Order: sequence, then C-alpha cells, then structure tokens
Amino acid sequence: MRAQFSIFLGYFLNSARDLASIIAVIAFFQLVVLQQPIPNLGEILGGVLLVMLGLTFFIRGLEMGLFPIGESMAYAFARKGSVFWLLLFAFCLGFGTTVAEPALIAVAQEAASVAAVGGVIEHTDAAMNSYATGLRYTVAVSVGFAILLGVLRILKGWPIHYLIITGYAGVVLMTTIAPAEIIGIAYDSGGVTTSTITVPLVTALGVGLASSIKGRNPMTDGFGLIAFASLTPMIFVMAYGMMF
Amino acid sequence: MDFVLALGAGLLATLKDVMPIAIIIFGFQLLVIRKSIPHLKKVLFGFFYVLIGLVLFLQGLEQALFPLGKLMAAQLTDPSFIYAGMAAIPDVIHWGDYMWVYIFAAAIGFSTTIAEPSLLAVAIKAEEVSGGTISVWGLRIAVAIGVAVGISLGTFRIITGTPLQYYIMTGYVIVIIQTFYAPKLIIALAYDSGGVTTSTVTVPLVAALGLGLASTVPGRSPLLDGFGLIAFASLFPIMSVMAYAQLTEWRERRHKIRDSEESE
Repeated sequence: MRAQFSIFLGYFLNSARDLASIIAVIAFFQLVVLQQPIPNLGEILGGVLLVMLGLTFFIRGLEMGLFPIGESMAYAFARKGSVFWLLLFAFCLGFGTTVAEPALIAVAQEAASVAAVGGVIEHTDAAMNSYATGLRYTVAVSVGFAILLGVLRILKGWPIHYLIITGYAGVVLMTTIAPAEIIGIAYDSGGVTTSTITVPLVTALGVGLASSIKGRNPMTDGFGLIAFASLTPMIFVMAYGMMF
Repeated sequence: MDFVLALGAGLLATLKDVMPIAIIIFGFQLLVIRKSIPHLKKVLFGFFYVLIGLVLFLQGLEQALFPLGKLMAAQLTDPSFIYAGMAAIPDVIHWGDYMWVYIFAAAIGFSTTIAEPSLLAVAIKAEEVSGGTISVWGLRIAVAIGVAVGISLGTFRIITGTPLQYYIMTGYVIVIIQTFYAPKLIIALAYDSGGVTTSTVTVPLVAALGLGLASTVPGRSPLLDGFGLIAFASLFPIMSVMAYAQLTEWRERRHKIRDSEESE
C-alpha cells in the first residue's frame, strides 16, 4: 500500500511539473500583457488540481492497462500467425476508436456548416446532419484503413518513408482538384483523429508486433502507425468533399 | 452539486469514448485469441485508472484552463487591444501589429504540448524501446518547439490570408528532404509525433485562437480561414524531431573527431 502511494506521489509531482509551463504562460499573458486580474481564482486552482490528479491516474493506468494489453495482444496475434485476424483487428481498432471521437464529431459539424454556407449542400438541418455523419464515417474508415496498412507494413518490413511520401503526393494531388472550402478542414482532420486512448494502444500494438516478429526492429518498424492515421483522413476528406 | 453533475456527465462521455475500444479488445481477446488475459485484474484496474484520469483531467481543463485560455485568445486578437493607443482602427492591417498574438501562439503551443498525455505515452514508449537514447524530455521538448513554431506561423497565415496549401506543401518538401538525411532510427517516431501532438489539451485552445483571429481580422471569414492551425501543429513537429536527431548525431560525431584528434 505504501509502495503504491509513493508511486502515485511521484507521478503527481511529475504532472505538476508538466502543467507548470501552461500556468506560467497564462499568468504572464493575463497579468503582464493584458493587465487584467485572473477571474474566479479559487475555481481555477481547483481545476488545476483536478488536471494534475487526472494526469497522474491516466499515466498509472497506461502502464498497468493499456500498454500491457496492446503488447500482449500483439504477441498473441504474432504467435497465432493469422494475418487475416490481425488485419481485421487493426481495422476495427482504427475505425472503432475514431467513429466516436468527440473532436471528430465537432469538426464534422463545422465542416457541414461550411458546406452549407458555401452552397454545396442545402442549408437545412437534415442535409447538414447527413453530410456530417457521412464525413465522420469517411474519416473512421480512413483511419481503420491506415492502421491496417501500418500493421501490414510492420509484417512486411516495408520502409516507412516511401509510404508516407506516396501519401504526401496523394494529399498534394487531391488539393489541386478538391473544392477550396474543404481543404482547411481536410488538413485539420488529420490531426484530430488520434485520441488520448488510441495513441498508447496503437503504439503498444506496433512496438509489440515489431519486437515479436523476427528481423523487425521495434524502433524503426514499431512506430509509424499514428503517422498513417493522421495522413489518410486528409485524402479521404478531400475525396468526400469532391463527391458533392 | 453542479460539480458532481459535471463530473457525472464527464464520466458518461468518457465511457462512451472508451466503450468501443473495450468491446473490440475484449471481443477479439475472447473470440479470436481465446486465451485469458495475463494479469487480468491489474489490466482492468489500469483501464479504470485511465477512465478516472481522463474524467478528472477533462473536468479540470473545462473548469480552469479552457475558459481562461479562450478568453485570452479573444482578448489578444481583439482589434481594440491590438490598436490600443491609436485614434482609429486602420482599414488595412499590417501583420507586424499582431506581435503579441504570435508570441502567445508559440507560448501556448509549447506549453500545451508539454502537458499532452498522448505525447507523454509515446515518449515513454520511445525511451523504453530506444534503451534511453531518446529521452522522454528530449522528445517532448523537440515536439513542443515544433508545435510552437507551427502554430505561430499558422496565426501569421490567418492574419495575412495566404493559402494554407502552399505552407503545407513547402513543409512536405522539407520533411522529405530531411527524411533522407536524418538518422534512420528516428524517422518512424518523427512521423508519429506529428499525429500525437494535437489532442485533448491543444486542440480546444488552438481552435479558439484560430476562430478568434479569423473573426476579428478584417477580410477573414471564420468558416474559411479559421481552420488550418491543427494542420500546422501536426506538420512542424515532424521537422523538429528529425532536426533534434540530426543535431544529436552531429554533436556526437564532432565529439568523436575531437577525441580522436586529442589522442593523436
């Protein structure tokens, strides 16, 4: 029990250090640049304490739950040797974690209002909702596809940069033919798809796979899944924008 | 009472977020792998901690950092702050007038990235896998510098109203050139660090800054020009992480040359 407590205390102090820079930035701009008092100081201090506690629990849970399960599943799939099930798992993980992502839901709705203002779709709630839902599923499929492709890359040992450069070429090509309104949203959608729970899981999966397959290096082959997951949505969203 | 309600709502939202992941993991574990999970109790506790941690974390952000951060973004981009001391707000804006906005963008980009939980997760893994060659803090600071430069440049783009794609494509060219010169070990990690920087902490604050700028700078529309900051924030860390590795390698090489010269 005491050992547990001292571990938590250590994490808590680290979290405090992680947050110190945000607090310093906000305090400096509020007090020195804008020269205004900080409103609701008590509530803000309480909030900062919650953030620190939250970060502490999250990191501890990461090391107890998400990292081990990602790795143990990677080992189990590698031992089982079934490429089909592994790829299906990769797709489901990408799709399932993205489709419910709150940041993505928000971006999809904004995209729908841009499309409505731009006259691409009708300016009604029904049309905007169906546009947003379609966009959300498009991004989720693209992330599922990205994780699948990334896992396949680890299995085959393809060098990552050729795939990424091909992806960049795809983005550039799509940019030249996609409607101008969609470009900003498409570029941003790459960044918002990877949530705080997905990232540790997918990283552990990749590193676990690369270390359990002979001839793969966990450093060069294990990372890179997230990179695909932030590239394919850009291409898919621009393609979606072109369909209307 | 309000606090408990907010916490309950946060718990529900996070549960909804975690549910699909839990179903996929445990579904595949039971139906496909058909083996019991090693240390099941510990893993379940870990999931529980992650859940609690995220709820508290988000609640704290909502309560403390987001309202203040968004308020500040609005105040800093307000023309009455930027043109304070002038008789009238000029019709033609000059990008140099927004100096505090660039500084704020860089500072908030840097500090939110340091606190980003998913980046910390990747950094922990990278340190473990590389046997300590890549340190948690080295990676985090390299990424944070990338985000700071990226967001700062992104606000400059909104203010000047130049097309997003030219910046991003130039960025791609630089990334590709760097890829061929950077140490092979860092490349996959560098590409990954582009995607992990923008999540829970950074996105809401940065989005507020972008929308604030696009709605106050004359001639910009929040719908069309407010986007793009996230794209900058996910591109520039790729460059800064590769640069970090290149710098480390270069310094080591110089040390070796000096050592061999001294021993002669």
